[in-house]
Amino acid sequence: MGGKAVGLMGHWLELQELALTENEVRIVRDVNLKVSRGSTAILGPNGAGKSTLLRLMHGLLRPSAGRVVWPQALAQAMVFQRPVMLRATALANIEYGLRLRGHPATEQRQRALAALARVGLPELAHRQARRCSGGEQQRIALARAWALEPQVLFLDEPTASLDPASSREVERIIREIAAAGTRIVMTTHNLGQARRLAEEVIYLDGGRVLEQTAAGDFFAQPQTLAARDFIREEVG
Amino acid sequence: MYELSASLALAGDLIAAGDARLAGIVLLSLKVSLGATLVSCVLGMPLGALLAVGRFAGRRSLIVLFNGLMGLPPVVVGLLVYLLLSRAGPLGQFGLLFTPTAMVVAQIVLITPIIAALTRQVIEDEWREFREQLRSLGASRVRAARTLLWNGRFSLTTSALAGFGRAIAEVGAVMIVGGNIDGVTRVMTTTIALETSKGDLPLALALGAILIGVVLAINALAYAFRQWAERRWG
Ligand SMILES: Nc1ncnc2c1ncn2[C@@H]1O[C@H](COP(=O)(O)OP(=O)(O)O)[C@@H](O)[C@H]1O
Ligand SMILES: [Mg+2]
Repeated sequence: MGGKAVGLMGHWLELQELALTENEVRIVRDVNLKVSRGSTAILGPNGAGKSTLLRLMHGLLRPSAGRVVWPQALAQAMVFQRPVMLRATALANIEYGLRLRGHPATEQRQRALAALARVGLPELAHRQARRCSGGEQQRIALARAWALEPQVLFLDEPTASLDPASSREVERIIREIAAAGTRIVMTTHNLGQARRLAEEVIYLDGGRVLEQTAAGDFFAQPQTLAARDFIREEVG
Repeated sequence: MYELSASLALAGDLIAAGDARLAGIVLLSLKVSLGATLVSCVLGMPLGALLAVGRFAGRRSLIVLFNGLMGLPPVVVGLLVYLLLSRAGPLGQFGLLFTPTAMVVAQIVLITPIIAALTRQVIEDEWREFREQLRSLGASRVRAARTLLWNGRFSLTTSALAGFGRAIAEVGAVMIVGGNIDGVTRVMTTTIALETSKGDLPLALALGAILIGVVLAINALAYAFRQWAERRWG
């Protein structure tokens, strides 16, 4: 999937000695890693620090120690676990992101319509975004991110609260975004999803990175006991 | 008891007849307080939004100050504006004292802190929900404040109304800076105060009833508007 060219160019994101401590609680610590693949899944149990790590990468949180290093500046976007929609139409929500990045008005409209079509919701353009279903809102959020044509897209549990049909649709969209060359970093506690979408797995537990392996290797033979237990429990 | 019911009957007659003097007073009240509310929204809402999303030195002190100013006694506001506008005051040259404009100014001073403080609360809630999304999209704080003001427009009608309600119901400030001049600066509340002290209850009662009616009607309208808006926009 995805980043053929990306993989060959070495890493595009590096975390050095990264840590986040909040009220004496060490939410993320001792994180050293390089991300070089086109699609990476951050896996781990609830409370492992996955969402926090993603926010640190995206720059929404300032680390209490260590650094997030981008060897070259890449345009980023993020889709959150719960879609956040302005009180406006689906189209206006997508155009808003484009307007913030300074795209001219006519181009905003074209790009927003195209993005809605790509997520399979062209008929929702003039519907109020907050009146749409959860699955639809998540797809509008994906369209909003996609319209920005990011070079890196962060996704936090993109299907966590969705029904199976919506989840499949969201996975299809993610696959397409990656196929178009956007680097994907997503958190999930859904093993199947990581297996279907990721080239590489970062396994996180207790705020620490326990493994960073090619996805195939991770599922075939996890190196740590914790990861092995996690896989066994999730598979059931 | 007889006097009260007779007064009430006379008050009803005054309203039913559309008494010109009564209408003039009601109209001036509405003009002054709606004007003050409008200006206070233009000043107070952006200020409240910036207090909610901003990060600058003195923000906390400003929040405490505005919360405190919400309870400003109208007579004190009247006194300050009086000093400002009186002939010897810094703005004396404009000759505004004892004009409706002076009353608008006093009410602006009175309710801008109320509208700013209530707006801050509304926008703070919005900010909690939208903060990360807006930052991820690249919105500056000023831009975020603008976006959230528009996004919170329906909740903000309540802030505007609270300001209007306070303005139209206060006596002290408009009494001092307006002077309660018959036909010029006499509004509902000042007339009620004056007529009651003179013992002319019918006019006072009629105005009291209208005042309550106006406040209820505007609140009902705003409520219906919010219900409709929330159904429409979610
Ligand atoms: N601001 C915060 N202050 C204190 N603890 C926090 C804060 N944010 C998250 N946490 C805690 O940090 C841990 C990791 O959270 P999170 O990154 O959301 O985990 P995950 O996404 O893997 O479920 C959790 O135990 C959570 O309760
Ligand atoms: Mg999470």
